[in-house]
Amino acid sequence: MNFIKYTLATIAALALIAPAQANNAPENPKPSPKLLKSTADHSKFKELQQTFNSGPEVTKVCLSCHTEAAKQVHMTKHWTWEYRNPETNQLLGKKHVINNFCTSTASNYGFCATCHIGYGTENQHFDLTSETNVDCLVCHDQTGKYKKPSGFFGSPVAKDTEFPPGSGKIVKGINLAEIAQKIGKTRRQNCGGCHYNGGGGDGVKHGDLDSTLDNPDKDLDVHMSADGGNFTCATCHKTDGHQVPGSRYAPTAMDKGSPEIRGKHGHDNPSTCQSCHGQAPHKKEAKLNTHTAKVACQTCHIPAFARGDVPTKMSWDWSTAGKRDKDGKPLVIKNEEGHTTYIGTKGDFVYGENVRPEYLWFNGTVKYTLADDKIDKANEPIFINKFEGSPDDGKSMIWPVKVFKGKQPYDVENKTLTTNHLAGADDSAYWTNLDWPKALHAGAASVGKTFSGKYDFIETRGMWPITHMVAPKDKAVPCQECHTRADDGRLKSITGVYIPGRDTKGWLDLLGGLMIAGAIGGGLLHGVVRIATRRKEK
Amino acid sequence: MSNRIYIYKRYERFWHWSQALLIITMMITGFEVHGSYLLLGFKKAVQLHTLAAWTLLTLWAFTIFWQFTTGEWRQYLPSLKNVGAMIKYYTVGIFTNAPHPFKKTVSQKHNPLQRLAYLALLAFISPLIWGSGLFYLFYGDWARLGIDKSLSLEVIASLHVLGAYMITAFFFIHVYLTTTGHTVFAHIKAMITGWEEEDDHHQPQAAKSR
Repeated sequence: MNFIKYTLATIAALALIAPAQANNAPENPKPSPKLLKSTADHSKFKELQQTFNSGPEVTKVCLSCHTEAAKQVHMTKHWTWEYRNPETNQLLGKKHVINNFCTSTASNYGFCATCHIGYGTENQHFDLTSETNVDCLVCHDQTGKYKKPSGFFGSPVAKDTEFPPGSGKIVKGINLAEIAQKIGKTRRQNCGGCHYNGGGGDGVKHGDLDSTLDNPDKDLDVHMSADGGNFTCATCHKTDGHQVPGSRYAPTAMDKGSPEIRGKHGHDNPSTCQSCHGQAPHKKEAKLNTHTAKVACQTCHIPAFARGDVPTKMSWDWSTAGKRDKDGKPLVIKNEEGHTTYIGTKGDFVYGENVRPEYLWFNGTVKYTLADDKIDKANEPIFINKFEGSPDDGKSMIWPVKVFKGKQPYDVENKTLTTNHLAGADDSAYWTNLDWPKALHAGAASVGKTFSGKYDFIETRGMWPITHMVAPKDKAVPCQECHTRADDGRLKSITGVYIPGRDTKGWLDLLGGLMIAGAIGGGLLHGVVRIATRRKEK
Repeated sequence: MSNRIYIYKRYERFWHWSQALLIITMMITGFEVHGSYLLLGFKKAVQLHTLAAWTLLTLWAFTIFWQFTTGEWRQYLPSLKNVGAMIKYYTVGIFTNAPHPFKKTVSQKHNPLQRLAYLALLAFISPLIWGSGLFYLFYGDWARLGIDKSLSLEVIASLHVLGAYMITAFFFIHVYLTTTGHTVFAHIKAMITGWEEEDDHHQPQAAKSR
């Protein structure tokens, strides 16, 4: 009887296991090395097998198949360099803002347009409707050979060219056909070409974006490292019709949405942490989820910026610019690491590595001080852009920021920041002539304004959200760096929230201290008297 | 020679010492969470504090059951009788080698002052700590429970800290009073072995004969 039972049970068990084993065969076999991800091999297109003499010639060919691509790009900030913030109604974008690095793009297009996604960007009036001037290659180059040299208004150089003319220096031409034939999806180096190098060099501007993200280790960036998520920039900044989500002009400070599910578009901004991780991402240590209502993920998970061995600039003092060396050339001073700390054309720089961010309540609104805004020396430092927020507006989270200190020229009589003409071979460009009045006149003229003739330097501050270079969880900020009474506590200056370990009431600790002291003192006193009276007896 | 009585049963001793360990743990970790010092690190302190709290709650669940099934809960009924005599003993008698006015028995193991002290602990400090502590612990659920607008973490945390100061003061007095037996360690020994040695001192005759 029992034997039959066991036999039947065994057969039944086998019947259940067998199909399960068959299912264990991988459903998706690893793609064989020959499987191309793209359905098109661009090197086979006859249209691309020709000699290209300029960027627009390439774009024309691209658009012959990708007919709507240029129109999509026309709708991006990458193209317009302009953004109207609906919240503040301020007209922003590279075309309009003044910052405290190289201060403004206006009148410096030959130099700045290197990072414009268009060709022949002569000035701020470039033709926004031109389709052939859209630069497809800068974002889609896979070879790393595509370059838009400084001084060429955002155009690549197809043939060896002497630049500046008459200087004897040759800018090497690049083979546009080769680059066009190998076109592909945007890689991190494409984005990084401009976004790593903002402010004029690797890591200078953002502090959380530099070339170390090309191949970061896991400690530097848990998402982008090869043994981590191996993300590209576009994994989070997932484009839709060439529109790139995630903006520092109008950041998403608070995201209360659920994680994105394929096919569903619950998020306006798929580049937030929450768009993947949701609202309660801490599985093992659920207590940490009590932070997510008020603390941005970045505050704990990005312990410092400029963590990748590339320093970021922390301050720039234009007021000391103008010194020359013995030969009459702009003076250059470098530090031990070879970074320029002073240059006659630009002034003094301070660098920082592994910098602890500053923290503030941020609701997503950034208010800029624009070229027309009146400023007052009495209100120094002037905020180039200020992150707004408060503990009680229901929209703010505690965010980490890089605060960049600047000291830059302003028009004393017009009471505005100045537009400075820096780059160019003409006799008014500051970098060529070290003459502020000329540079300020030319800069103002380039945007249709008049420089009063009187200038001085004013302290300014720029704010940058710290949101990249997310560390692995075991490298997150330890609790006691915020939950502490120490003066160097990270959230020392954050008001409007009770932080255990940081906050206490003086009277409560005094009362409690007295109670404990009374208990111990009373016991001791009583004990001493006991000992004393006992001796007396003997 | 002295008589011995078995006054603290095995469960009672287990309860006392495990509770002592848990409370000491919570005092040390709690004041770290409060920011009074840095010892284990905030995270470990919170984790240990929380673990100890849940453990103590579990212990109490068993202890309450034990108290009622054994009838031992009656030991905590207050009585004002002889309170004056106890106060007089602690303020005068103890220094003049006067006899202890209270004689421990199995049915009455706490002196009248002790009963009052334990009742205060149970009726006031305990609810203050546990009430505020549970709200504190479930801070993350306030919004879901709809109480986030009516409670403030600052008030809850302050009440919890106030309770913590009180129990810490209680702890030190309690430890000191253990030394007031007929020898310095007599009470502690009794709490370890369960056996209370009756001091000859309690018998007036013996006292006189010395």
